[in-house]
Amino acid sequence: MEKENTKVSSRRDFFKKSGAIAGGLLLVSMLDPLKQIKALAGEKPKGKGAWYGIGVDLEKCIGCGSCAKACKTENNVPKEPFFFRSWVEQYSVTANGVVKVQSPNGGVDGFKQPVLDKEIEKSFFIPKSCNHCAKSPCEQVCPVGATFISPDGVVLVDETYCIGCGYCVQACPYACRYLHPVKHTADKCTLCYHRIKKGLAPACITVCPTGAKIYGDLNDKNSDLVKFIKEHNCTVLKPHLNTKPKFFYNALKEEAE
Amino acid sequence: MGNFENLYQALQQVDGFIYPNEIELRWGILIVLYPYITGLVAGAFILASLNRVFNVKALNPIYEISLLASFSFLLVATMPLVAHLGRPDRFYEMLMTPHFTSAMAIFGFVYLWYLMVVLLLEIWFDYRRDIVLWSNEKKGPVKYIYKILTLGVFDISPKAVKWDEKIGYIITVVGIPSAFLLHGYVGFIFGSLKANPWWSSVLMPVVFLFSAMVSGISLVLFLYMVISWIRKQKLDMQCLDTIGKFLFYILIMDFTLEALDQVHRIYVSEESFDIISILMSKLFVTLTIMQVLLGTLVPVGILGFFQFHKPNEIIRKISYFLVSILVLVGIFFMRWNVVIGGQLFSKSFLGFTTYKASFFGAEGFGIAILLMAIPFGILAFMLWLLPPWKKTHE
Repeated sequence: MEKENTKVSSRRDFFKKSGAIAGGLLLVSMLDPLKQIKALAGEKPKGKGAWYGIGVDLEKCIGCGSCAKACKTENNVPKEPFFFRSWVEQYSVTANGVVKVQSPNGGVDGFKQPVLDKEIEKSFFIPKSCNHCAKSPCEQVCPVGATFISPDGVVLVDETYCIGCGYCVQACPYACRYLHPVKHTADKCTLCYHRIKKGLAPACITVCPTGAKIYGDLNDKNSDLVKFIKEHNCTVLKPHLNTKPKFFYNALKEEAE
Repeated sequence: MGNFENLYQALQQVDGFIYPNEIELRWGILIVLYPYITGLVAGAFILASLNRVFNVKALNPIYEISLLASFSFLLVATMPLVAHLGRPDRFYEMLMTPHFTSAMAIFGFVYLWYLMVVLLLEIWFDYRRDIVLWSNEKKGPVKYIYKILTLGVFDISPKAVKWDEKIGYIITVVGIPSAFLLHGYVGFIFGSLKANPWWSSVLMPVVFLFSAMVSGISLVLFLYMVISWIRKQKLDMQCLDTIGKFLFYILIMDFTLEALDQVHRIYVSEESFDIISILMSKLFVTLTIMQVLLGTLVPVGILGFFQFHKPNEIIRKISYFLVSILVLVGIFFMRWNVVIGGQLFSKSFLGFTTYKASFFGAEGFGIAILLMAIPFGILAFMLWLLPPWKKTHE
């Protein structure tokens, strides 16, 4: 009998505690002042810590490729033109509406215009890297959990744990991942996690000569990124896939969406 | 450092625009083999269960062959998967620390369930009485192998044998949904990737399942004929005709489902449709010729004709043999078109990369051929150890 009583009371305790936790969470979520921006980022309300995202003002990007180059150097990305954590694409639209896209060596060496001047209707550049999706499909499919989302919202790979199956490479809609030819594990942009944890900006952002790219804390309403998203008509890549990217583009043209 | 010669060649052959990381086609010939072999396992088992659970007596001659073939291929099913890993030395992590939201992680458990609980048990209960008998009759070291295989249970009283029969039946009943799960799951691994419109389809698991049945039945048909010829035994024509009939029906279902998938794509014409229609023309040889024409329509034509008119035995035998090979090749190319085809086009929907596997190397055709040969070796051993033709049938 006694045993049974203990069981009953511990079960009751369990319900009480879980009820309190659930209620607490609900309360915190109701008090969350940054709900709107988080909804845009597809983020379930988190604690007080940072929740990082990236922003690019495409009107400022001149396609110099410095970001792609700096990324390769900073992160020791293989120099061969098949492996990129960060790259730049050039879009050229002719008067006839033909869209030409290129990214020779990921834009590391800069660009040459492939369309004759007189035929160009518009031309623009798009720097790309991991979108650090809040609902990241790569994290979902990793069979061993080597890919994970850090508490501050950065999608990372534990290279000491990754088995190199390549499922995440297939699952990423943005082709941000590759299998490292030496380590044989998945590799991708870390938002220069080793730098941002020291208060430094990611390499790609540090070297951008026009300040087109910024990063920041989506939980901090005074951060540059939150202001940037509020002040511009930002959009994300492939929003219909519901991966909730945290890489926000201003002035993304329809040809590139 | 890796050798990038292939990649530089592929870079020269890029058609249109692809994302810079997409030049390397990540999943090659080995990942084509993975669903192919798993499909043969599931299909062969389902054919065996037709005999046992649905009591299709005409299939008696192939019951044990189906089970042993299924088992032989199952042992090899994970080899291509492990061989293609960047870090095969960490393969065990998938079972030790599985990530439960990953379809690939759960596959390990579905596989183990099928191997340990379904196939091994079913074969053991099916052969238990014979293993006990052989452990008494045989001489030399083989005797001890059979002794070990009895697992210490020597009771072959009619009551015990009846129990074996009963448990075997229950395992087969459990085995049918398990076989469905095994291969439907492989389809889900591809079908659940929303990043890839060529794969992302709710029909994928069902299509994989039916194509698995088709390939497994053809495998058993092929094996039964080859084994009988080697043993110089007369083929049971009623058995062949019955296999042919089932193959015909399931081929039609498989073709209908795949056609439905394509018709849906064409009619709905989503944003990815333009690139997919170019992809289909690029896959003309492997899709239109090998998979659809030779792998499906010709076999359906031959088998369909036999449902209305039965020519003499020799013509039927040759036709069944030909059909089994055509379907096996056709389903191989179906896997090829899914796995390789799905990686040829860029996720930007603006261009294509190419795939050229070399013969040599860790992911070359040489290894693939070797991996395909191993199950036949295992099967030969299993047929020697557990010969179906020496079983006591009441």
